[in-house]
Amino acid sequence: MRYQAMGAKSSAFRKNAALAAVTAVTACVFASPAHSAGTPAGTDITNVATATYELPNGDEASIDSNIVTLKVDELLDVSVAWSDPSDVTVPAGGSGQRLKFTVTNGGNGAESFTLGTVANGGGDDFDPSVTSIVLDSNGNGAYDAGVDTVYASGSNDPQLDPDQSITVFVLSSIPAAAGDGQRGRIDLTAVARTGSGAPGTSFAGQGQGGGDAVVGATGADAEDDGYYRVAKASVAFVKSATVADAFGGAAATPGSTVTYTLAATVSGTGSLANLRVSDPVPAGTTYKAGSLTLEGTPLTDAADADSGSFTGTAITVGLGTVAAGATRTITFQVKID
Amino acid sequence: MKIWLALLALLAPATAMAADNVSLTSKVFVERVKPGADGKPVTVREEPGVVTPGDRLAFVLTYRNGGAQPATGFTLTNPIPPSVAFAGTDDASASVSVDGGKTWGALASLKVVAADGTSRPAVAADVTHVRWSFGQPIAAGSGGELSFRGVVE
Repeated sequence: MRYQAMGAKSSAFRKNAALAAVTAVTACVFASPAHSAGTPAGTDITNVATATYELPNGDEASIDSNIVTLKVDELLDVSVAWSDPSDVTVPAGGSGQRLKFTVTNGGNGAESFTLGTVANGGGDDFDPSVTSIVLDSNGNGAYDAGVDTVYASGSNDPQLDPDQSITVFVLSSIPAAAGDGQRGRIDLTAVARTGSGAPGTSFAGQGQGGGDAVVGATGADAEDDGYYRVAKASVAFVKSATVADAFGGAAATPGSTVTYTLAATVSGTGSLANLRVSDPVPAGTTYKAGSLTLEGTPLTDAADADSGSFTGTAITVGLGTVAAGATRTITFQVKID
Repeated sequence: MKIWLALLALLAPATAMAADNVSLTSKVFVERVKPGADGKPVTVREEPGVVTPGDRLAFVLTYRNGGAQPATGFTLTNPIPPSVAFAGTDDASASVSVDGGKTWGALASLKVVAADGTSRPAVAADVTHVRWSFGQPIAAGSGGELSFRGVVE
């Protein structure tokens, strides 16, 4: 800051003139701007006192003190907040998956911030691979591909006024091997370009408005962590067989009928799309025409409107999209040759 | 004109003096809490170094009657500077105004009237002026020091 003690004017004049001077200063008091970040950096705080008194000859006199001026220095503070409401659901192997953060200038001067990410900070199950940081340049809080600007450190570091925020998107690729329910963490960091460090560290003459810059309580270096959560569905098949012979028994002899039951169970999170089950008819057996069922409902053997068919060597049933937790049961029969 | 002002700044002490040799000096310090010799925190007044929002300032006014005659009805008025919130004074004789100097009193006796006509008790941050009125004349050759505190908004 700059400390000034200027020479002051002195005067002796009638009392109502002194009152007018006081009133003039008052007008400035109410013009004081309100910022949660405080008085803007570079503002001069000016103090002057006035004494009035009476001399023995009856004259009223007035004297103004010297004017003391303090320049308010720039406080460097920043905060980062992950702004997604909860873990962002992503597919394993997905790319361009977004986390949303808000970076706020908590200082009292316009300041640029260097952004960065940490993907291997621990506390998670896998490390996402950050592909880009994107600035919400149109300020609508939503990601607009091709409109919002890809961040490049040192070339378009976001400059924020006091109290101003910017939305920042982090785009990542998710490892294909990540399992259902696993979490991956990204930290977004923002550091004041003027400087950072222990609170109280000052940078002479580098503050906005000509004063110093001084690191505030945040260290002018902030981060917050956001999480991806993988939603992955998988399917398991269980095949079972029951045999019925011509005599009411269960002997696997030529002429016996084998009923196969295929249970496809989807587990994990989400659903599997275009799930199709095919099963070849075993060698030494013959498919029993019209025996195919799905969930107990008969399906025709022809490739037609229903989802099942017999191709001549195998049965095939299209299950469509199956949500995790659901099981689809298919049956068909063959006759042992 | 500029050169003249610069010369004045160099030559004139940080004291304003009237023709009758009454002087009034305004100084400002930053109050910081630091560990004392015994390890306990103590408040120290420092020459302003780095000043940022939230810092506590001490405004110190020094007056002196350097003339040959007493000054009677001595009243010292200090408007609270913009960007500073008044934070009290140790001098019990002070009165304050929250309406730009129209009415004066102890802070607890003052009210702030909103635009809709409702009023609430005044708080320190409402103070626009602080004033000291001396019942006794300032004798020739005597003087003193008064101070108040403020917080950088």
